[in-house]
Amino acid sequence: MILLEILSAVLLAAGTLFIVSGAVGLLRFPDFYTRIHATGITDSAGAGLILLGLLLRTTTWEAGVRLLIILLFLVVTGPTATHLLAHAARRDGVPVWRKGHPRR
Amino acid sequence: MSGTHYVYWLLFALMMIGLYVVISHGNLLKKMIGLTLFQVSVFLFFISLGKVEDGSAPIISPEVETYSHPLPQVLILTAIVVGVATLAVGLALAVRIFEAYGTVEEQDMQERDEDRHGAAS
Amino acid sequence: MTTFTVINFTLLTILTVTALVIARLRALYEAAMLTALSSLVTASLFVLMDAVDVAFTEAAVGVGISTVLLLGVLALTRSREAVTPRHRHLPAIAVTALTGGLLVYAAQDLPAFGSADSPVQRHPVTEVYLHQSQKEIGVPNTVTAVLASYRALDTLGELVVVFAAGTAVLLLLGPLTHGKRRQNLDLMEYKVLRVVSSLLMPFVLVFALYVLFHGDFGPGGGFQAGVIFATGFVLHGLVFGLDKSQRVLPPAALGSLVPLGLGLFVGLGVVTMLLGGSFLDYGTLLPTGGPAAQHLGILTVEVAIGITVAAVMTSIFFAFAGRRPTR
Repeated sequence: MILLEILSAVLLAAGTLFIVSGAVGLLRFPDFYTRIHATGITDSAGAGLILLGLLLRTTTWEAGVRLLIILLFLVVTGPTATHLLAHAARRDGVPVWRKGHPRR
Repeated sequence: MSGTHYVYWLLFALMMIGLYVVISHGNLLKKMIGLTLFQVSVFLFFISLGKVEDGSAPIISPEVETYSHPLPQVLILTAIVVGVATLAVGLALAVRIFEAYGTVEEQDMQERDEDRHGAAS
Repeated sequence: MTTFTVINFTLLTILTVTALVIARLRALYEAAMLTALSSLVTASLFVLMDAVDVAFTEAAVGVGISTVLLLGVLALTRSREAVTPRHRHLPAIAVTALTGGLLVYAAQDLPAFGSADSPVQRHPVTEVYLHQSQKEIGVPNTVTAVLASYRALDTLGELVVVFAAGTAVLLLLGPLTHGKRRQNLDLMEYKVLRVVSSLLMPFVLVFALYVLFHGDFGPGGGFQAGVIFATGFVLHGLVFGLDKSQRVLPPAALGSLVPLGLGLFVGLGVVTMLLGGSFLDYGTLLPTGGPAAQHLGILTVEVAIGITVAAVMTSIFFAFAGRRPTR
């Protein structure tokens, strides 16, 4: 049991780390495409790891099933949203950052 | 007066920001957004009055002792749906005004009204 | 400083700062997106303050429906705000400072946040709603019990307001018609989005049904279910175009669903009167009375609310989306 708790704590910490790094990336990256890359990590890796960590702490199977459904939903919708944003930006001609350009 | 009044103060600040937008801005859509902010703060104020420390959601189960009050939640639950319906009415009016005047700014509308009156007399 | 206080304070501060930014922004698309953000933060605050049913509704309404409506109206009108003239700021600042000062002064008399012996908690009705309702109605979710049984007449009034607002929007924006119209959003080329949304559509609708019929036992009920149904149709309309989604849900059918729910609600009230009770007295529905009859009444009322709310929200969206820009 103690092993499970340690494993879950590690997963939760890793998830939090990914979310924080996503937030930092959102603020620090130079252009739109690199920024949605950062938010994509928050969605999939960050939230996914936290959900897995919570899954190891569930006591009833109903809560576990709910978490799994949420996980599945996030796995399907998160990348779709990121893909759409990138697609729309590309179509509208948002320029890609190159080395030496100013941040926008 | 106690240390927990920060909740009310922050909610009043939010309420006043909404009121400020409604009064000062001339754009009808911005006014609607300001009204939404005001509304949200009223909702939160109601809910905060029903909250009990260390309570839990008012869904009765044998393991739980303290519950927050369900009545404010019922009132706000219906108010949110009514709120979005009335927001839609406001937005529909704004769309019709835009079609008639070609603008959603109060100032431009008044000018156009005065022009029309001036031309008629 | 408990964890609760820290989270509560942080969320409230985020909310206030978001509102400040919204007030300063002149680009209204950005302001609309930030309004959606403030709705999400509000929903988190509702969860924190134990109002799970409310959080549910706020998340679906604030982020789903009102954002789509705002963006749709911005597409129909102008999305940039004129500069507010300086002479308009001063009176507004004076009024808000005065009102805010009065509110803070009056707030001194408010009970401490979260105190268990505030007037709200000490009122006799608390005992009735939280404990007596378990014997009288037998529904674990007391919010549903109060909404659909103790205060059903109040809820009927709210539903009438929703109905009236929906009718007003349809009167203002004209009837929902079929026909060729410009595609508001040409999302047809986004293949991934189409595949994913057609994959998710059935789950959205099943979830709405779950929320509707599980409202007695967990968070949920007619208002939430109606709004979730409507977001499903809004998603369908946005992704597949208005014509396709009006083929699924013809305007005539939608138009008859709007009063159907309200009629069901009022009809139930009339039936209970005919059975010898008072208006919306569910005890008369079954000869045995008690919780079983209450369950039947609550379920009918929730279904009625769900039908009207879903139909009104969907037709409001259709009315806005079917409008052609006049520029």
